[in-house]
Amino acid sequence: MSNTLSSWGRYPRAPQTPNACSWRDDLPTLRDAVIQSHSTTLPFGNGRSYGDSCLAVSDQVLHMRTLDRFMQADWQQGVIQVEAGMTLAQILEVIIPRGFFLPVTPGTQFATVGGAIANDVHGKNHHVRGTFGRHVSRFNLLRTRQDALVCSADENPEMFAATIGGLGLTGVIQWAELKLLPIRASQINSTIVRFANLAEFFSLSAELDHLHEYSVAWIDCLAKGANTGRGVFIVGDHAEYGSLEVDDRSRLSVPITPPISLINNLSLRAFNSTYWHMHPGQRTKKRGAYEPFFYPLDRIQHWNRIYGRNGFQQYQCVIPDTNSQFAMHELLAAIADSGQGSFLAVLKRCGDIASPGLLSFPLPGASLALDFPQSSELDRTLFPRLDAIVRAAGGRLYPAKDAHMTGSDFRQAYPAWEQLEALRDPSMMSRFWKRVIL
Amino acid sequence: MKRVLIIGATSAIATACARLWAVQGSEFFLVARNAEKLQQTAADLQGRGAKNVTLHEMDATDSQAHPAMLSSCMAALGQIDIALIAHGTLPDQKACEQDVNIALQELANNSTSVIALLTILANQFEIQRCGTLAVISSVAGDRGRPSNYLYGTAKAAVSTFCEGLRARMFKVGVHVMTIKPGFVDTPMTKGLPLPGPLVAKPDQVAQRIVAGIERKANILYTPGFWALIMLIIRSIPNPIFKRLNL
Repeated sequence: MSNTLSSWGRYPRAPQTPNACSWRDDLPTLRDAVIQSHSTTLPFGNGRSYGDSCLAVSDQVLHMRTLDRFMQADWQQGVIQVEAGMTLAQILEVIIPRGFFLPVTPGTQFATVGGAIANDVHGKNHHVRGTFGRHVSRFNLLRTRQDALVCSADENPEMFAATIGGLGLTGVIQWAELKLLPIRASQINSTIVRFANLAEFFSLSAELDHLHEYSVAWIDCLAKGANTGRGVFIVGDHAEYGSLEVDDRSRLSVPITPPISLINNLSLRAFNSTYWHMHPGQRTKKRGAYEPFFYPLDRIQHWNRIYGRNGFQQYQCVIPDTNSQFAMHELLAAIADSGQGSFLAVLKRCGDIASPGLLSFPLPGASLALDFPQSSELDRTLFPRLDAIVRAAGGRLYPAKDAHMTGSDFRQAYPAWEQLEALRDPSMMSRFWKRVIL
Repeated sequence: MKRVLIIGATSAIATACARLWAVQGSEFFLVARNAEKLQQTAADLQGRGAKNVTLHEMDATDSQAHPAMLSSCMAALGQIDIALIAHGTLPDQKACEQDVNIALQELANNSTSVIALLTILANQFEIQRCGTLAVISSVAGDRGRPSNYLYGTAKAAVSTFCEGLRARMFKVGVHVMTIKPGFVDTPMTKGLPLPGPLVAKPDQVAQRIVAGIERKANILYTPGFWALIMLIIRSIPNPIFKRLNL
């Protein structure tokens, strides 16, 4: 098979050659063979990181996806031990019928466990459960020229902390043990209401977040003036009554990559405006399956292709509470002003639950994420402007989504980078890391 | 819930099938050469819902070991609802042309071992008068192509054997299914220059096999479009075929 791999944003373009093995015991041999001929490598899960954090400098990655076995499952305690290449969707398929859910899930179920740890992902319940890394009790880390290390809060704690959010740089996660969330039904009860501006968002969030497991908002990022920051606020909880069913909806697919992006100003403005008007002005209760609630985009396979051959970049930042309302306003004004926008601009308040990880992204504050079709304009004008706002507000960008941040912004925002660099497996090197630390 | 015997249980296609049966709470008797790989496969199936998993180390080409395997299997499962024969290798055609010992060994791996196993299994199934024998053959057996005719020969023997066995066993209520996968992305095909769009994932192939067993398909091409490809390839007349480098 000569297929190459890319990151989810398909930018920067650097086709990665997959090196796979079928058995976890073969990983050290495979890794040694790759570094023998290419000197460095990087573990690669299912390619759901957006930028260059999952791309190896050598363009030779250890493709972990084939390592997707259960190793142990304790349904009394709700603890599973799985190989690192297993996707969250594969886990849900098995745990939902047994009355469990993932305690933290990102916006796609197609990320792998290894990737979820390496990026210390978070979800709509960050305000109550923190990041994914908080629910990982231990994992096995393979480092070059070293015996395998079992890492947990008590065992090799330094390496445990460095690997959670460690972007795959501390070594290869071979397997991990996860604590699950018991649920009584797989359905989600939600409440949905639209808001007219950012001030309304922040008051809704203050009023409702602590009462609900999940909270997220979608923003019309093209709305200007008094409408700046209008959007749709959604909170939800696992239903107390219902059934335990794995969602198995038919999936749509974008079969080919169009030569140019289908996302343009016209389609965006129409979509954003319609989407906002479609939603109720009054608080409306709803109930539905978990998949459309957590993973609306997973319905469409290869949705990243709609951005065309050039791909896209996601801009995700988090701004500390004290500055968040003001900075969000500035960011959205700058984006609306640029006329570039995003289908799904997502705004969410993050809580103050600390992650065990050294380089975890969330801060107590508000996080904003938007997708932009790739163009040279982004890096020249819009992103520098947004970066300046984030910098001034004491915020930071999310490495898992990033393909542009400057080294100085990164090192400023993640002062623990030096500790990670000290603990890095010398055989692991990503394009992201090379870009921001040198 | 099914009681499933799998020979070559650590192969990619077999594992993918077993996962689908495991979620239904099935019981397994898994046979393969490597104990460690068997253990890892068993743990995975148990995590997914398998009730009982019994492991048995055996080299499928050692036909002397087959009867003991079958009696252990019967002791563990009581009856066999599905027997999946999935072991095999992909021979190096050039090496087989140079060394007859390699050629004969590959025939043993892919053909005579399967026939030996089917022979004793058929007698067990004849007693049971129920169940399915599902055998992984290959599209390669449909025509002798210069690029891998030794493998093709082995699989042609398996397909023909299955066809005869199917007609014999049909009368006693036992189903025999011949599975003919095309190119599948597995460790066996790793490193081969296969044409990307034609290559299937083991999961896809497994879903079709499991569904095929349910509806008692006789010959199952997987993915399905291989039926059409092979129809065309089978209909190429020999004066043309011998000039091609397929």
